Amino acid sequence: MGQQKTAILDGIILEAETRLTLRELCDACAVTTAYIAELVDEGVLEPSGIEKSHWCFTGYSLTRVRTAKRLQQDLDINLAGVALALELLDEVRQLRARLNRITE
Amino acid sequence: MEYKDYYQLMGVERDATQDEIKRAYRKLARKYHPDVSKETDAEARFKEVGEAYEVLKDPEKRAAYDQLGANWKAGQDFNAPPGWDAGFEFSGGGYTGGFEGDAGAHSDFFESLFGQFRAGGPGGRGGIHARGSDHHARVLIDLEDAMHGATRSIKLQVPEVDARGHVTTRERVLNVRIPKGVKQGQHIRLAGQGNAGMGEGKPGDLYLEIEFNPHSIYRVDGRDVYLDVPVAPWEAALGASIKVPTPAGAVDMKIKPGSANGSKLRLKGRGLPAGSAGNRPGDLYVVLQLALPPATTDKAKEIYRNMQQELDFNPRARLGM
Repeated sequence: MGQQKTAILDGIILEAETRLTLRELCDACAVTTAYIAELVDEGVLEPSGIEKSHWCFTGYSLTRVRTAKRLQQDLDINLAGVALALELLDEVRQLRARLNRITE
Repeated sequence: MEYKDYYQLMGVERDATQDEIKRAYRKLARKYHPDVSKETDAEARFKEVGEAYEVLKDPEKRAAYDQLGANWKAGQDFNAPPGWDAGFEFSGGGYTGGFEGDAGAHSDFFESLFGQFRAGGPGGRGGIHARGSDHHARVLIDLEDAMHGATRSIKLQVPEVDARGHVTTRERVLNVRIPKGVKQGQHIRLAGQGNAGMGEGKPGDLYLEIEFNPHSIYRVDGRDVYLDVPVAPWEAALGASIKVPTPAGAVDMKIKPGSANGSKLRLKGRGLPAGSAGNRPGDLYVVLQLALPPATTDKAKEIYRNMQQELDFNPRARLGM
């Protein structure tokens, strides 16, 4: 097993800094613009800008699209189901954070 | 190499119907899907179950696997007998289910049985250029790392496909700077540090999900930090100025007279620092916890007795008792 050391890498915090165009989001997630449009219709993503050509997404959208894609492929659920699962997962995460804040 | 009991992994009998196998898989996949599950070994279990299903859902692969016999035990040392697959034909390309299309998703056991049937190894077909897949990993950091920023060494298992189409894993060590002000659950994206592309395709990206180690005294919620601070009854009753720790160092804090147990006091801007311009730093919440002095000495007992006699105090007034 070879080991390879590299210099210190700097990344960006996705959620904090990135603003993505529709094209960039599609490239980063390896999906079609039609798929993104479906997620927007389903309310999974909320881009700023009214017209499709002016859509602008937050870095958080990237993880959301990728999670949506994985859930859909791996668990064979449709988009409405994916949207519901994502919402419930968000809620579970918030409740866990709150629980962790109160107890421990 | 270890024998894998795919039936045991899926929790089904060897004579289970295809429908039963599918149902078992769906249930396990939902339970262990890494996006859903909180179990620490979720990803490993999900891959294991995915591999078992990939074999058992395909009647050809299942028949070939069954042919190895029922006498093998999970974990037993195993080598595929020569010509074990004679007479079986596997439909090519059937490479589904793997998490993130990660070629390293399968065990050596699976590879030794079915690996050679994968369509097209590296360079096996000219002219294919595809972007490499992205790689995901989780990094555990301490609260102090998010306060000040830090450098973390991250070990990744990188799958590599050799000339004969077999998959091995190589360990890759990356030194990554953890930016100051990063929050729990945020992702750091390292462009071009994912899996290698095919042909001239660009490599994928590496995504690191930030998770905090539990801290001995602080609890973190987003950028806000919570801290339980014990106070003596007279401090809560009469008011006091006490020293409390904060992630950035100790500060003096005033407690108002008549403070109740569980009161929350906010120290503005004393939580996690802002991650980037435009963000506000988090706050530190001090939660008062009344601590009672033990009545172990005669003196302490006397003071408690005095309070009992001198104070008109019924702690259960609200219960009507």
